Amino acid sequence: MTLGLYPGCSLKGSSREYTESVLAVAQACGIELVEIEDWNCCGATAAHNLNKELSLALPARILSLAEKQGMKEVVVPCAACYSRLTVTNHELAVHPELKQTITKGNGLDYKGSVEILNIIQMLDKYITPNLEGRIVKPFEHKVACYYGCLLVRPHEILKFDREEDPQSMDELMLKAGATPIDWAFKTECCGAGLSVSRTSSVGRLSGEILKDAADRGAEAVIVACPMCQSNLDMRREAINSYLGEKIDIPVLYVTQVLGLALGIDRKTLGLQRHFVAVNI
Amino acid sequence: MSAETIHSVIAGLAGEVMEHTGVEASHCYQCGKCSAGCPLSEEMEYPPSYVMRMLQTSDPVLEDKILRSFTIWVCLTCEMCYSRCPMSIDIPKMMDFLREKSLKEGKANHRAKHIIAFHKSFLDSIRITGRLYEIGLLVDYKSRTFKVMQDMSLAPKMFVRGKLNIFPEMIKGRAGVSSIFSKSNKKSK
Repeated sequence: MTLGLYPGCSLKGSSREYTESVLAVAQACGIELVEIEDWNCCGATAAHNLNKELSLALPARILSLAEKQGMKEVVVPCAACYSRLTVTNHELAVHPELKQTITKGNGLDYKGSVEILNIIQMLDKYITPNLEGRIVKPFEHKVACYYGCLLVRPHEILKFDREEDPQSMDELMLKAGATPIDWAFKTECCGAGLSVSRTSSVGRLSGEILKDAADRGAEAVIVACPMCQSNLDMRREAINSYLGEKIDIPVLYVTQVLGLALGIDRKTLGLQRHFVAVNI
Repeated sequence: MSAETIHSVIAGLAGEVMEHTGVEASHCYQCGKCSAGCPLSEEMEYPPSYVMRMLQTSDPVLEDKILRSFTIWVCLTCEMCYSRCPMSIDIPKMMDFLREKSLKEGKANHRAKHIIAFHKSFLDSIRITGRLYEIGLLVDYKSRTFKVMQDMSLAPKMFVRGKLNIFPEMIKGRAGVSSIFSKSNKKSK
């Protein structure tokens, strides 16, 4: 089985352990992920904050490359990239004139045939049905599944999980042997793109998230977005200073947990790259 | 209803919002759920429901205040307001439009200069290489903001963990990407 892959910029740099764990889990389950050749950045928050046309044209180039390279389904592990690509797919599909401007205007050819899968959708469709007998080291810990914003919102376009109290990651964690906790900050924002330009806000928002997870006894926070991971992990200093206490709960990608349960070694999954030591 | 009629019914900035995004400010009945759920409303001078009410008045003074506000820049587009709005008003889409307009008209709030500088540095990096080059982004951001010492302790820690690429990844289709930039910049002017 072969699927297209759009890693996005973070997964090639500051969040490379996410790519490592996605590839390791896919490989262990016989799925081949092929990167879209010559992909570009999706434009992220910066593009849609400053220039609407740019925010659609950059993802349109990516989608047209995927289509040209014969990809039917493309896995997008980064929740922010997943949101930008899905929103673009949607906008171009419902506004034919806009599609004309964006594609023809930039010399792109895109019919709109590419299906975009976020990481949970990919795991649910291709990995979990074949998990039986493969979970050799159940991840027997209490976990707080943190979905963040862009994996579930807006539901009108993404049509994925529930916007309030989603369950898909919790179910996945159950299959990996973990015990997901009930908590209040599953879909609250971590501060996302303000990480550099307004670190104090990120300290507050991410701090509230981690505090609730810690208070309810979570041993790890599980994420599916590189921005959530880096804010909750790399910004721990700002978080601890906001909270006035030291919280040392590690923040793992959903694929790292699944990888551990499948018996993949910690280094292959990139656990040594985290700022907050993963001692579980 | 044709676009022309809509324009004659809704005046001012609310009309422009409607025309460019399809978002109807008049649908808001001030329940306040957006402001209650907004993670950053306490850092805004006008939380989202205030912005909606200000738009409804069509008062040019209030409209100018919106475009000059810090609110529109500190909004994270987390989509919480939209998901909880009983009238399904796409406030984040409206915020994108207001930001673009505010910038175009030179009305961007002074307190938002670091947020805007970051976005610009981010886009500059993509325009040149096609992909984000994180070291380049931070250097560019520091040169725009003079925040030279910020995050200096983070970089070496990222480096030893293999989280920073020394060199940028240059895509082959750089010309195509930079042409996308010049075309969309021309149109937004």
